[in-house]
Amino acid sequence: MHSRRFWQYVRRHGRAYLIGYAASAVAVAMAQLSPWALRAAVDAIQHGAGGRLGMFAGILAALALAEAAATYVMRIRILSVAYRIESDLRHDYFAHLQRMPLRFYQRMSVGDLMARAVNDIRAVQRLAGVGLMRSVQTTIMIVASIAAMLTLHAGLTLLMLTVMPLITLLYLGLGREIHRRFDRVQAQFASLSTRAQENLSGIRVVKAFAQEPAEQARFAEEVDAVVGVNMRLARVQGALWPAIGLIFGLASVVLLWQGGDLVIRGGLTLGQMVQFSYYLARLTFPMVALGWITNLWQQGSASMQRLDEIFSVTPEIRDPEHPAALATPRGALEFKNVTVAFDGARVLRDVSFAVPPGRTVAIVGPTGAGKSTLVGLVPRLYDPVQGQVLVDGRDVRSLSLVSLRRAVALVPQETFLFSDTLAENVRLGLDGSEEPAGAPDGGAAVTRAAAVAQLAGDIERFPLRYETVVGERGVTLSGGQRQRTALARAVIRDPRILILDDALSSVDTDTERRILAELRGIMATRTCLVISHRISAVRDADWIVVLRDGRIAEQGTHETLVGADGLYAALYEQQLLRDELDAPDAGPITTEPRPPSRAPRA
Amino acid sequence: MNAMIDEDQIIGRAYDARLMRRLLRYVRPYRRVVAAAIGVLLIASAADLVGPLLYRVAIDRYIAPHAAGARALGPASDARGLAGVAALYVAILGAGFAARWLQSNLMQYVGQRVMADLRMEMFGHLQTLSLGFFSRTPVGRLVTRLTNDVDALNELITSGVVAIFGDVATLVGITAIMLWMNWRLALAAFVVLPAVFAVTERFRRRARGAYRAVRTRLARLNAFLNEHLMGMTVTQLFTQERRSRARFDELNASLLDANLSSTRNFSQFYPIIQLLGAIGVAVLLWYGGGQVVRAAATLGVLVATVQYAERFFDPLRDLSDKFNILQAAMASSERIFRVLDEPVTVEDPPAPAPLPHGRGRLEFRDVWFAYDDDEAWALRGVTFAIQPGESVAIVGHTGAGKTSILNLLTRFYDPQRGQVLVDGVDVRRVAQRELRRRIGLVLQDVFLFAGTVDSNIRLGNADLSTEDIRRAAERVGAHRFIEALPGGYGAVLQERGAGLSVGQKQLIAFARALAADPEILLVLDEATSSVDTETETLIRRAMATALRGRTSITIAHRLSTIQHADRILVLHHGRLVEEGRHADLLRRNGIYAKLYRLQFEVEARSAG
Ligand SMILES: Nc1ncnc2c1ncn2[C@@H]1O[C@H](COP(=O)(O)OP(=O)(O)OP(=O)(O)O)[C@@H](O)[C@H]1O
Ligand SMILES: Nc1ncnc2c1ncn2[C@@H]1O[C@H](COP(=O)(O)OP(=O)(O)OP(=O)(O)O)[C@@H](O)[C@H]1O
Ligand SMILES: [Mg+2]
Ligand SMILES: [Mg+2]
Repeated sequence: MHSRRFWQYVRRHGRAYLIGYAASAVAVAMAQLSPWALRAAVDAIQHGAGGRLGMFAGILAALALAEAAATYVMRIRILSVAYRIESDLRHDYFAHLQRMPLRFYQRMSVGDLMARAVNDIRAVQRLAGVGLMRSVQTTIMIVASIAAMLTLHAGLTLLMLTVMPLITLLYLGLGREIHRRFDRVQAQFASLSTRAQENLSGIRVVKAFAQEPAEQARFAEEVDAVVGVNMRLARVQGALWPAIGLIFGLASVVLLWQGGDLVIRGGLTLGQMVQFSYYLARLTFPMVALGWITNLWQQGSASMQRLDEIFSVTPEIRDPEHPAALATPRGALEFKNVTVAFDGARVLRDVSFAVPPGRTVAIVGPTGAGKSTLVGLVPRLYDPVQGQVLVDGRDVRSLSLVSLRRAVALVPQETFLFSDTLAENVRLGLDGSEEPAGAPDGGAAVTRAAAVAQLAGDIERFPLRYETVVGERGVTLSGGQRQRTALARAVIRDPRILILDDALSSVDTDTERRILAELRGIMATRTCLVISHRISAVRDADWIVVLRDGRIAEQGTHETLVGADGLYAALYEQQLLRDELDAPDAGPITTEPRPPSRAPRA
Repeated sequence: MNAMIDEDQIIGRAYDARLMRRLLRYVRPYRRVVAAAIGVLLIASAADLVGPLLYRVAIDRYIAPHAAGARALGPASDARGLAGVAALYVAILGAGFAARWLQSNLMQYVGQRVMADLRMEMFGHLQTLSLGFFSRTPVGRLVTRLTNDVDALNELITSGVVAIFGDVATLVGITAIMLWMNWRLALAAFVVLPAVFAVTERFRRRARGAYRAVRTRLARLNAFLNEHLMGMTVTQLFTQERRSRARFDELNASLLDANLSSTRNFSQFYPIIQLLGAIGVAVLLWYGGGQVVRAAATLGVLVATVQYAERFFDPLRDLSDKFNILQAAMASSERIFRVLDEPVTVEDPPAPAPLPHGRGRLEFRDVWFAYDDDEAWALRGVTFAIQPGESVAIVGHTGAGKTSILNLLTRFYDPQRGQVLVDGVDVRRVAQRELRRRIGLVLQDVFLFAGTVDSNIRLGNADLSTEDIRRAAERVGAHRFIEALPGGYGAVLQERGAGLSVGQKQLIAFARALAADPEILLVLDEATSSVDTETETLIRRAMATALRGRTSITIAHRLSTIQHADRILVLHHGRLVEEGRHADLLRRNGIYAKLYRLQFEVEARSAG
């Protein structure tokens, strides 16, 4: 076990282990003494002296009682501590993962992280518990038993120990092979769960495309492979314990044969021979356990290694050494020659623009232009490789993450809801960095935010209203309802800087207009970044930035851009509903503001 | 949330005859192998039991014949006799080894086959369950059913059942031998048995509660962890780390509590049984020694009885471990069977009607539909018909029920009232796969599988050439960025397509529907909501030629997407309120005209 972290956890509970081991030594000592009493009794019986039998029986019982008490202390101490270590480890794992940036989660699969949290932490717990307990206990037991046997009759002991090298050979030979095959079993098992996970997460697609038979065939392959690797493991593993049993059986034969011979020839008393058989029996279990313990060590250290892999990742995005706080942020925002690259591929190049406090800047551009990446720089979901992002004139990398993110609310392009009540999902927007528990209930705030996001009407129609529990990722809501919940979450936060990443894409234009009207009051005093593909959502912005292939293609106000005959003008033109040319006689509409009869570029 | 917790709850009985019977049904196909395994197991157990017996023979006949009151043979013949016994012992040990090895292989085989059968059955069943089930059930839980829960059964079959058989055989064997050798001594050793039973019973009762607590709390913790890993970015963006960590710590602490109290129970059981065993031996020695002294028993019998008595307690001491296995297996099978018993609510008819070929007429007849049977209608009396080759758009406020219409059309759900007909046939009368094969669907929620771009577009369809895939991608304007990915169409996507922009993901999902080349219908639910207008226009042009003559349904909030539709249906609170061509609807000055004007207003103002 090379993991320093593991030993740190163990050391933290050093006292408990020491007490446990002391108790273990006592238990072994008692276990060693009882065969002496037994032998004395047998010898006494053999010589017809029954008078002291009661005393021997009493001694045996007393020894057993002491042994049981010591065993109990050992188990309760060490096994409990192992669960505490497990709990600490799990806490640290989660706390560590909370510091990992978005890029980390894009690289790692949740299934993998879960497997480590479930299987690997359990393996470490078993090592810290039964593993460490048995390792020491077994060693003491083996040494003590052999020592006791040697004092009884060295020659006979050595004779019996001739079978021991067989055990070593067995472990070396089979052990390595078992380890290899076991690894393969684990890998195949992981592959099976990944298949299942993918199929079930994508079940809507599977059904929509009638892929069930193909999926079943692929799953069957995985299942068959699982059977195959397990049978290969079983062939060697199934031999291990019986083989150890066999070897100890042989030792027992040696004892019967040679020991018996000694008794016949008077070199040993019958009582001593019985005592010997006792030690041998006490040796068998530890020896069998040795294989099992080796296994625990191997699995435990492999698992700890997998956990260390995660622990050793330092988040690329973290607090600076001397983080500054944004006490009263004004919300001035500036991108200064920002370049972003993912795995060497540049996604944004040399982007610069500024947003004065309280202003709204819209970002438009084709799919994959880098819009989401750009706004993700503000709350530091990503960091640029070159250039700076400044909030109130300060590089975001010099601020503490909490203080930065407290000032910002970003509604991500892809909505994530927790399978909790709607109220809880909205309340999540309230800053949680101050009060760890029992944060303000915010009942009124929730309804207000829901009203701004035009969600209140929908919620009123649900039987359980705000207490409606949504399915995983919010699957029991319509697309637009989900998106508006995420919006309400940002509204309740009351941020200095509000960022909407295409946050109204699943909302109809009527609802969009009403949301924007409500938001206008909020946005008037706040700095806003708005990404949208819809002209209707961006035209009122103070400034519009057009991104293309990671660069700023053009920027300006709606009016100037429409006149500029660039990308924006083209976009605008395409969104014009030119059908209205076919419906000039659309009677009642003429009472509304008159529609232009052609593109307003002229 | 409550429903979730309840699902993980288990009754937690260690032994449930009903469950056991049902489990055994899966073992039945392999009963010959099991019989063989039990056969060799009995041999192995017998071989185990012979040891002390041989000791007794050796002691009484050759080593200490005088103490047994038997006639002495002379040292030389004693030694020869002893060697004979030793040789016999070796032979028996060899047989025992072979029997054990064989037995473990046989049982592994049975266990693995049963698991494979169960997994395939469960997986197959899951594929037939309706989406209603999947929107109630977290994916992680179902994965656990298919993986760890099935594994817990394996342990029961391979080690549990056999070990229990073996233990019972051993216990019965030992008891018989002891009674046969000297029943008085045997009874002396057994005086502690009532105490053993009492202790075991108390342990069992406590273990059951402790086990249930551990399992439930662990499931809760893992569900929390899984979800919060998926939503970690949201937690971070809203600086909720501390709050969610506090919640996590709560769950963690409550699991620790359960683990500690379970450990306490286990830690007590083992030493107490050991102690009782030792007391049994002490009693035996005290009473048996007297018997030997009084020549009522031989020394060999006493020694053998002591050895047997020790062995008698071994399996009892291990009972705690086996009990765990049994309990885990029962809990797991309870949950597995709950999945298998989940009724298929959207079922194929026993004799599915064939779907007439190549037309594509659809009809909704007075359809009423609610997701839960609580009268929260998502659709109320919707009636419309779409002619073959027509392109129809559905618009309406968010939550109006547009997606719900598609859910019924593709038979993801069944309506409470009314009928959905494709080419005059009720969709409930045709096989679901048959129906869906005719429909190309782009879902509102994009889902990409971990795997290559190619496999995401192709899905299971091996017949498609790479050229087909490429053409589909070109039509939706995805070719350019796919080519730019490292590896192009062979580029491996992460979970849920992480590493692509949202619009790019949507385009891949769109290409998938085109590649499937549906016979009658293309259904697009907000298929380009995250795509820029330029790409969208390009797609529309490409589709106009590709889909000539095919029926299509488009749902979109961006009206420029749908303005060219032959007909537009307007939904409002689950009712079909308007229907007609773009121009007609404008003239009606209803909801559509309003939605239209709102987009329109933009141009009006900027033009003015
Ligand atoms: N984690 C990542 N790793 C590698 N490449 C990425 C990653 N995230 C985004 N990209 C790439 O960076 C480019 C910009 O992505 P981004 O999500 O910023 O686009 P976008 O402008 O928001 O597009 P959309 O309008 O589709 O949302 C895309 O080509 C995308 O494939
Ligand atoms: N799986 C589900 N379980 C329960 N209720 C649902 C489910 N899916 C949708 N609903 C409810 O049914 C109603 C109609 O939803 P639907 O998804 O059809 O709306 P939509 O018109 O597609 O809206 P959007 O434009 O927002 O996608 C909504 O009130 C929604 O909350
Ligand atoms: Mg984006
Ligand atoms: Mg929808």
